[in-house]
Amino acid sequence: MKTAAHGSAPLQTITEADIDDIAIGAAVLGTGGGGDPHVGSLHAKRAIRLHGDVPVLRVDELDPEGLVVPVGMIGAPSVSIERIAGAEELGRALDLLEQGTGKRVAAIMPIEIGGGNSLIPIAAAAERGLPIVDGDAMGRAFPEAQMVTFHLAGYGPGATVLVDAQGNAVLSYPVNGAWSERLARVLTFEMGGSATMIDYAYPGAVARECAIPGTLTMAREIGGMLRSSELRDDERIGAMLDRLGGFRLFDGKVTEIERAVEGGFTRGRAALAGTGADRASQFELSFQNEMLLATRDGEVAAVTPDLIAVLDQATGHPITTETLRYGARVTVVAFPCHPQWRSERGIETAGPGYFGYDVPFTPVETLAARAAALVAPAVPVVPAGSTVSATLAARTEAGA
Amino acid sequence: MNYRIGIDVGGTNTDAIVLDSDRKVVASIKTPTQSHSGDGVAAAIDEVLAAAAIAPGEVRAAMLGTTHCTNAIVERRGLGRVGVLRLGGPATTAVPPFEGWPEDLRAAVAGPAFVIAGGNEFDGREISALDEAGVRAAAEAMRGKVDAVAVVGVFSPVADTHELRAAEIAAEVLGVPVSRSVEIGSIGLLERENATILNAALIRTLGDMAAGFERALAAHGIDADIYFGQNDGTLMRLEFALRYPVFTIGCGPTNSIRGASHLSGVSDALVVDIGGTTTDIGVLVGGFPRQSSRAAEIGGIRTNFRMPDVLSVGLGGGTIVRGHGRGGVGAGDAPIVLGPDSVGYRIATEALAFGGSTLTATDIAMAVGRLEIAGRAAPALDPELVAQADQAIRELVEEAIDQMKPSAAPVPIVLVGGGARVSPESLAGVSEVIRPEHAGAANAVGAALGDVAGQAEQVFSLRETSRQQAVELVRGDAIARAVEAGADPETVEVLTLEELPVAYMEDTVIVRARAAGRLG
Repeated sequence: MKTAAHGSAPLQTITEADIDDIAIGAAVLGTGGGGDPHVGSLHAKRAIRLHGDVPVLRVDELDPEGLVVPVGMIGAPSVSIERIAGAEELGRALDLLEQGTGKRVAAIMPIEIGGGNSLIPIAAAAERGLPIVDGDAMGRAFPEAQMVTFHLAGYGPGATVLVDAQGNAVLSYPVNGAWSERLARVLTFEMGGSATMIDYAYPGAVARECAIPGTLTMAREIGGMLRSSELRDDERIGAMLDRLGGFRLFDGKVTEIERAVEGGFTRGRAALAGTGADRASQFELSFQNEMLLATRDGEVAAVTPDLIAVLDQATGHPITTETLRYGARVTVVAFPCHPQWRSERGIETAGPGYFGYDVPFTPVETLAARAAALVAPAVPVVPAGSTVSATLAARTEAGA
Repeated sequence: MNYRIGIDVGGTNTDAIVLDSDRKVVASIKTPTQSHSGDGVAAAIDEVLAAAAIAPGEVRAAMLGTTHCTNAIVERRGLGRVGVLRLGGPATTAVPPFEGWPEDLRAAVAGPAFVIAGGNEFDGREISALDEAGVRAAAEAMRGKVDAVAVVGVFSPVADTHELRAAEIAAEVLGVPVSRSVEIGSIGLLERENATILNAALIRTLGDMAAGFERALAAHGIDADIYFGQNDGTLMRLEFALRYPVFTIGCGPTNSIRGASHLSGVSDALVVDIGGTTTDIGVLVGGFPRQSSRAAEIGGIRTNFRMPDVLSVGLGGGTIVRGHGRGGVGAGDAPIVLGPDSVGYRIATEALAFGGSTLTATDIAMAVGRLEIAGRAAPALDPELVAQADQAIRELVEEAIDQMKPSAAPVPIVLVGGGARVSPESLAGVSEVIRPEHAGAANAVGAALGDVAGQAEQVFSLRETSRQQAVELVRGDAIARAVEAGADPETVEVLTLEELPVAYMEDTVIVRARAAGRLG
């Protein structure tokens, strides 16, 4: 196996040249949702070109007293690709937070590594000359504001800022994550369907407790492997699974796809017929903005909050729930989510039951081991001499 | 008798055909493409008139499918300089116009660009009142620096009065062509803006080409209405093409798919076009190509054009077949490998059947007896090799067809192109294989067919407009645009009507319609 162009060393500085890698890695971690990162990429590149590279802090390097601020966009993806943010918006949101809390912002953090919200905070950090945290509060993409690790640890949204391009700036103190989501929806609609949001701004000590560490590095690595000229197309997915301790669930083609819209969210399912070694099997994916449940021959193969990503079989590039269609040749992969999501509260917040699927949560590595014992083709790709949970535990310790 | 001439200027060949008033092919010819200027088609007109044995006065319409505009963008050559008025301030300034453009394309096209107060929200509210004085000042600042102007209003597909007013002012101050984004693309500001800028940059490019074409026709004594093929498989009148040149981009594969539909009389099928190097598969839905859902990149920038959805795989008449020590690398029991390289136009000297030393897909088709070439014997080949290679070809074609099928049900395929005989007759998942006459000139036939279309799109809040009203409004707009583009109002039909929900926004839908009719 050849080595990808980028090493596994943590990111220390983000330059303009890193942005395309981070964007495509973020699309993989977006598990089919998270929005198109194109506008965010251009915004971040421009900010870096105008204001300079962005220094990166590991989660364990954060000053326990310094204010760490997650910033991102909230609202309808179809609005955010049309009425793009004003150049002043991110700065105005940070200004209001500083006025409201009486504290200076010490570092910026992505709230969600999946999709476009991985890139907006990079732009904010560049514009302010602040460092960015190599970590986020989801480790993937989720559709609702309370689906963050801060919420799992019992922290409320705190001082919450919503800003629009007009200059409207709203500071609120929602009593919990559900209220934050409710208020944000109404305000965002009035603000034209898309807004800049800050919530869960806490001192470094809390960020160190809650943030999922290393996710910007991870996004850049994934993107590096998918875009590397040193890897052949058919080596990319394997290299990525090796590096990240993921599982190849299924190779197949989409034979049926259904979508319906309920309450502003897309719900759907796709049926896949196996190809290659999976020729004898049937597979099913259920999604709502993100991929949430994968079954193989009727048995659960992976389920939220574990990450399920659908990749183009030929190139390894991620396919979103919106662009998945009949005939697509795909490889379905899964990664274990961060252990915080596997707690009782984590499963309650973003497990299968919350999204209306009547299956229990079982870790993907358990499911893969079970499938491997039954039939040969479901091959877990795990680095020699380690297990997935050990890999993640090591990450957690390094970060906490 | 009234005739129409269709000409398709491709990278290698220029095809010309004459259709009669029943749209039957009277004659078709193929000549090497000499130049991309309008004068380059003169030879093709000469030849096809002679072949059809008709008088120039009987030609009433002339249709041109050309890659001229595509090439101008790809080669950054002959493009106009464009000033940009984006109406959206104070929003959208985080990513100004031309951001992310390749340096060389920006150097060739970019004039002064401004983000000015104006534009709308998704529900039609104004972001800001239009800053008319700002528009005027920006236009003044462009004086002498631009060949054309692109005006782009945020959410102009919802409300375009700001775009209209700003375009009026720019035209009044500068007296140059002005392109408005609502006429070019759909939701997605940067993609629509990029396409609008390209359109403005191509106005002179297409004008020069069209003038050459007019001269060539006049020199032959042809007094015909001129039409250009566009990327969705329909035609636009010359005056329309001069305003919307960017729509000619991507008409090549579209013409071939449309032509195949006409020649075969089938309107729902896959079109499999096997050339010398690649097989291009497109999907016919109601006589038109299925469009791609992915954003189309042109010349290194993203646009939101809807281009025909075409899958290209490396199989053509000249595709090199390797294995069993023949045709190149590999020996003994090595499995058969098809291409992806091809001997291309050198097939007439390099293929085994032509006395060369390279085993090609054409040789395999001759060896199994599917293809006969006058004066050439099928090459003597190991029968097992032939069987295996033919199987490999079958699997490649079947796999590609399956990938493009709209559902699992068997579909008819229309097989066209110079390498059509490379493909086996019976294929899994295929209900019927149709090989029409004149299949080699399908692209020129497609260019001449003469359906004219219009497209419309609008975002609605269902709290204010009923679903039925929304659909009727957009249908009406699409029909009006088709008529404006040259369609006979009596024959205009709505081809597709889509209703797309907007994620995270309850009660909000985008309605999109396409209508087309016969030439008026």
